[in-house]
Amino acid sequence: MNVRLLYFARLREAFGIQAEEVALPEEIRDVGALSRWLQGRGGAWRAELAPGRAYRVAVDQEMAGASTRLHEGAEVAVFPPVTGG
Amino acid sequence: MSVRVQGEDFDAGAEIARLRRGNAKIGAIAAFVGVVRDVNDGDPVAGMTLEHYPGMTERAIEAIVAQARLRWRILDALVIHRVGKLAPADQIVLVVVAATHRGEAFAACEFLMDYLKTRAPFWKKERTPGGSRWVDARASDDEAAARWEPVGR
Repeated sequence: MNVRLLYFARLREAFGIQAEEVALPEEIRDVGALSRWLQGRGGAWRAELAPGRAYRVAVDQEMAGASTRLHEGAEVAVFPPVTGG
Repeated sequence: MSVRVQGEDFDAGAEIARLRRGNAKIGAIAAFVGVVRDVNDGDPVAGMTLEHYPGMTERAIEAIVAQARLRWRILDALVIHRVGKLAPADQIVLVVVAATHRGEAFAACEFLMDYLKTRAPFWKKERTPGGSRWVDARASDDEAAARWEPVGR
């Protein structure tokens, strides 16, 4: 499954990347699995997305949870808790 | 109902005048203006940059306004949120709610701000003497938004 990943704010800087297109292995079907797959990259990915770290994920521009399903062509954004207003 | 994300400053008086023009059903208007402080967590702040998620930002705020309309009888609402570089004393955000009576206008305005602070994808990076740093989310903001549960979730 191909998805577009976007990163914002502190996580964009920690990962050193703003956006990427990735082809996910077949077994990666939801946000929780994607997060574990990204942690497998090690380094900042493992540190920032480890259990207990505060980050948010949106799928197709809607806030998502670990069980939110992914789909072909999804736009998945990973970012820190928001601080606007 | 109107949502704008923009780099430019806004004129709250002009926005309120535009919103209420020609609508004599409006009996109450509540407005909130958020402003950049020159100190945060004990450190002087020389300025900040606001980043956002174009597309999702507008959708998220529109969803928050839609929730407010389900909870209160609102005649009109306006949200303007600035992005980009801001200096101390600059305005960041404007929320205006028009209703028949003040109770609904006050409540909906506070609800919109509480939800905006915890659900709209904006991030602040402030410039301090020790360098630039991303502002951490505050537990008090989550608590403020949680006051409106469970209807909001």
